[in-house]
Formats: sequence, structure tokens, C-alpha cells
Amino acid sequence: MKYVDEYRGSDLVHTLTKKLQDLSNQPVRIMEVCGTHTMSIFKHGLRQMLPKGIQLISGPGCPVCVTPSGVIDAFVELAGRPEVIIATFGDMIRVPGTGNSLMRAKAAGADVNIVYSPMDSLKIAEQNPDKLVVFLSVGFETTTPTIAATILEADRRKIGNFCIFPANKTMPAPLKVLMEDPKLQVDGLLCPGHVSIISGSENYRFLVDDYGIACVVAGFEPTDILLSVIALVKQVQEGRPALENCYGRVVTAEGNVKARKIVDMVFTPVDSEWRGLGSIKLSGLTLREEYRSFDVIERLEIQITPSSEPKGCRCGDVLKGIAQPPDCPIFGNRCTPGSPVGPCMVSSEGTCAAWYRYGALS
Amino acid sequence: MCLAIPMRVIEVKGESDELLNPQIAVVETDGIQKEIRLDLVDRMPEIGDYLIIHAGFAVNCLDAENAEINLRLLRELAEGMEEATNGNRT
Repeated sequence: MKYVDEYRGSDLVHTLTKKLQDLSNQPVRIMEVCGTHTMSIFKHGLRQMLPKGIQLISGPGCPVCVTPSGVIDAFVELAGRPEVIIATFGDMIRVPGTGNSLMRAKAAGADVNIVYSPMDSLKIAEQNPDKLVVFLSVGFETTTPTIAATILEADRRKIGNFCIFPANKTMPAPLKVLMEDPKLQVDGLLCPGHVSIISGSENYRFLVDDYGIACVVAGFEPTDILLSVIALVKQVQEGRPALENCYGRVVTAEGNVKARKIVDMVFTPVDSEWRGLGSIKLSGLTLREEYRSFDVIERLEIQITPSSEPKGCRCGDVLKGIAQPPDCPIFGNRCTPGSPVGPCMVSSEGTCAAWYRYGALS
Repeated sequence: MCLAIPMRVIEVKGESDELLNPQIAVVETDGIQKEIRLDLVDRMPEIGDYLIIHAGFAVNCLDAENAEINLRLLRELAEGMEEATNGNRT
């Protein structure tokens, strides 16, 4: 695959690892914010290749993991209604709330469909005019524009039996919360690559200016990640935190202005609860007045009850980067990918699932 | 969830880039073809361009020039390292 394979070459990976080893002379703590980075780091075995002093910590960047269990309970309750068809990204389907998951609801007879694109849910709506099709709208900046464009298309085509369950979140706000947490000591951030396509690399400037954190926007292939880690280590060791973009082939400073405009047409910021982090001011999105008819929470008067975390589960601390999965008492025994307790184990991009799957348990 | 991949444009369909009639591109990688929507890209791609695809939409055009420069620098770095290592051995 062009523009993918070139960044996976073992000669380049070897060279960059060597360079990092030569360079590294002090402990550096780096948080990879994005769940897709976490997966790539584990999948390519990059953790084992890093010099001892460089510690990678996973952050709150898996949208599935940070969706509160009360919201997941509401998804499951909705799926149980006979007049409703659920359309969702596959990541969401196995996540348990306080009780069931969507997968269990499906097994019990609920109509739950995994879609590749939010646009696919419009097709389902057109094929089932007597049902209400609800797309579970979860995701960060990368995904939200695709949902906004789908709402505009539903409005254009006057599809009346389509709604979304708005649960989208936006990225920089939780990073501010994390940086202000004295328990979390981080020198640098591996900033999310595909969120930045939309938001632009300048989105992280405040982390450098206000918190003195080194920030590098990184791609997802092994050489992208190693190059970005080198850039971060250099910044930290030289004591000059800055904002660098190591993913210039797809990320610009200003981002995708058109996509952001489309999001602004449809959505408006609201305070939002993050699993593990609590409520964060203006870190979520809801539909604007003009598009409220597409909001299932309003249309079916859905109540979201605040809910507690499963007993023993430390997902909240893992999402904040103050605990690693093995620090959790139920990791690997009561909580495994086969029988997950917390969201970080169940999501394919969850930190605990990545630790478990790629043998970091040993 | 933020997975996105580069795919090459082999056809562009539709008349305009207006919101009322969004264009579609047929993209390809490793023999897989897919129709994707162009609502979100700020410039219309040409055939042969690479688009970054996420959830059925192109979220951006790939900057091929930037990618080539980046790869060239990486390769130079690798070659430089190799020479340096050889130099150390002799």
C-alpha cells in the first residue's frame, strides 16, 4: 500500500531505533493521546525497542473507552425498543455499560447493525420506513465531520426516520484537564494524527505555551511514531518544548477548515462527561436547534442516569495515565478480552486490551 | 477509532462540489475499490491523487510532495547512519 509500506521498512525502523538509543540520556515520559497510536505501538512492538528511560503512557484517546457507562446503558435500552434499529461503528458493540452490551441486546433479538460509514445508516432508514434508525454518534474530530455530513444529507433527502444519539467529544479540553492533574507527570505528548487533519496542529499550541509540554503530531506507521518520539526526546533533553508536526503529509497547521465548517453548521459544544475524567466544560457536541429533529435523546425523551464504575476496575486511572493496566487488581484475571469488565479491555483500541493481546502481561 | 488510510483516486463522479450535489470519488488500494464521498475535502482531487479515507469519507488530500521529501530525509538518515556505523568499525 503506497504511503503506508514505505513507513514500515525494517531498515528505517532499525536506524531510527538506533538513533533514539544514541540520543537518549535521561528519563522521558511521553503520553500517546490517541487509541490508534496505542494499537500501532503495540502491534509493531515499538515499546520493546525503546531505550529503558523512555516511558510511553496511554491517554484518553479512545472514544469508546471514554463514553460513560450511563450513556452505554441508554444505547442498550434504546436497542431493546421494538420500533428502533441501531446503527453503530463496530468498536461500540461489545462495550458493557452497568449491565448489558449492545452485542448481548442483539443476541436477545434487538436490531443492531454495524456500519462502516454513518452514511450506511441512511440506507437502512430508507429500507425500513416504519422503523426509527438511530446512529450511535461516538467519535472525536476525525469522525464527527462524517456524521455532520450525514445529517446534512438526511436533511436534504428529508429522511424522517433517522436520528443520531449525540455523544461526540472534542480533543484538546481533556488534555488541559490531564496537564493540570498533579498526579500525572508527563514531559511530552504524541499528539493524535488524524484528529489533527481536521483540527490542525496549532490546536495544541496552548499545551506548549501554558504548560511547557513538548508536543509532536505523529502519524501511525512505525517510522512515523519513532521519528516523533525522537523529536520529543530532543525537545525534552534540550529543555525547549515546542510544537512540531511530524505528519506533514496529511496534517497542516490550520487543519481542514471546510470539514470544521460543516461540523459547526450541525453541532454546538456542550459540557460532557468522560469516563474516568468526569465532566469537562464544552468538551462534547450536541445538535444545533435547526437539526434537533435528528436528536433521539430529545425525540424519544431518553433519560441518561449517572452510573458507577464496575467494582475493582481502574479504567478511570488508566485513561488518565496515572495507572498502567497491570496496576489494576482485576487485569488479566477477572477482566480479559474474552470477558471484559472495563471499557479499556473491551474496545479494540483500549489500553488494557492492547497490553493483554500483545503480551505485555508477561 | 480514528483509523484512516490513503487510497488513490481512479475516478471522480458528479458535476459540482456544491453541498446540494456532493461529488464522489472511486478510490483504490491493493486492488480494493470503493466509492467515497468528497463533502469534506477543501479541494477536488484529480485522478492519481491520494486521499485519506475515514468512515466512507475523504477527510483530506495527501500532500505527495511532502511525503516524498519526508521519505527522502528518512532514507538519507538511514544511509548516513550506515556509513557512520561502518566508519566506526574500521
